[in-house]
Amino acid sequence: MKVVLRNPRREVELPGPRRVKDVLRELRIIPGTVLIIRQDELLTTDAMLDDADTIELRPVMSGGGSSGVASAGRTP
Amino acid sequence: MKCTRCGDRATVELRRHNAAFCAADFLAFFRRQVTTAIGKYRMFGREERVLVAVSGGKDSLALWDVLLEEGYQTSGLYLDLGIFEYSVESQAKCQAFAAAHGVPLIVSAVAEAVGGPVPVIQKVTRRPPCSGCGLSKRYLMNRAALEHGFPVVATGHNLDDEAATLLGSVLQWQTDALSRQSPALSSTHPKLVRRVKPLYRLSEQETAAYAFLRRIDYIVDECPFAKGATSIAHKEILSRMEDNSPGAKHNFLFGFLEKGRPAFERADAVTLKECERCGQVTTGTICAFCKLADQVKRSS
Repeated sequence: MKVVLRNPRREVELPGPRRVKDVLRELRIIPGTVLIIRQDELLTTDAMLDDADTIELRPVMSGGGSSGVASAGRTP
Repeated sequence: MKCTRCGDRATVELRRHNAAFCAADFLAFFRRQVTTAIGKYRMFGREERVLVAVSGGKDSLALWDVLLEEGYQTSGLYLDLGIFEYSVESQAKCQAFAAAHGVPLIVSAVAEAVGGPVPVIQKVTRRPPCSGCGLSKRYLMNRAALEHGFPVVATGHNLDDEAATLLGSVLQWQTDALSRQSPALSSTHPKLVRRVKPLYRLSEQETAAYAFLRRIDYIVDECPFAKGATSIAHKEILSRMEDNSPGAKHNFLFGFLEKGRPAFERADAVTLKECERCGQVTTGTICAFCKLADQVKRSS
């Protein structure tokens, strides 16, 4: 199967059949940090994948800025 | 995995709720969480105009989408940070969303207000880029809301953002920040609008799933300046804890809001004044934004 990763964008080939959670474990990806996308659907970690599948593991982590708590008083 | 509600195939698993949902039931769950947040903290009413700060990312566009679906009166605010191609693409996503929904989008450039874009601010201040960027965004959000007559600004901060901020504040024991971290910051001065975070009950994965299922075209690539940011490191630590113990992030944040925050609230609240230069709210004589703008102008 083909696994598409982002940031940076790259592709990994893995043999099937295997479950999504085993793919994540092999790639050392924490399940809650990605969307698992196959064509136009989302998959849960128990979904079974085979050799012909292409999935995208799209990171969900964003940010860098603070949550808007200024350091002194509540100013803008 | 089956949907906890209807028994169809699940597409989103929510381990911290010990549940899984099909697309339709997940979208309903998501909307319920947002309306619960708005109601619990009395963030805004249907008669009020809400300014939604949008970045082109999944969280803020998901928030705008839910508020429109729920019938709130909203306009978008996009702040052009001037971060190269990333900002160009982000602005295009926001403009496309606004056009598709027939809703107004206000665009304001950080470079015009400060004297330089975020990359220049970083060079001049020699501080982490997120520092000057965050300061500028908070200032410009408030100023835009005042100029355009909005009583409240809504941002797309989610459960992960809030938990990471809380962890950062606890690690440094920033009691000022701990006393003020809340899903709703009230207006404590006539020139300070309310700022609310209606997505604080929803994780980053849930906002991403909502945006995907609603076919929202958002910018997936990370801000080039976010790499190596402390808040990202805190999110990674919290995600590992969440993986080992589902609900850890939720319990950390919600426990703080319920039990921790009151202990940090102080009676001797700071006195707010108006900046002698720009008239916006500050605790000093000249506000931090005007000082930042001075610094940028001196260097150019």
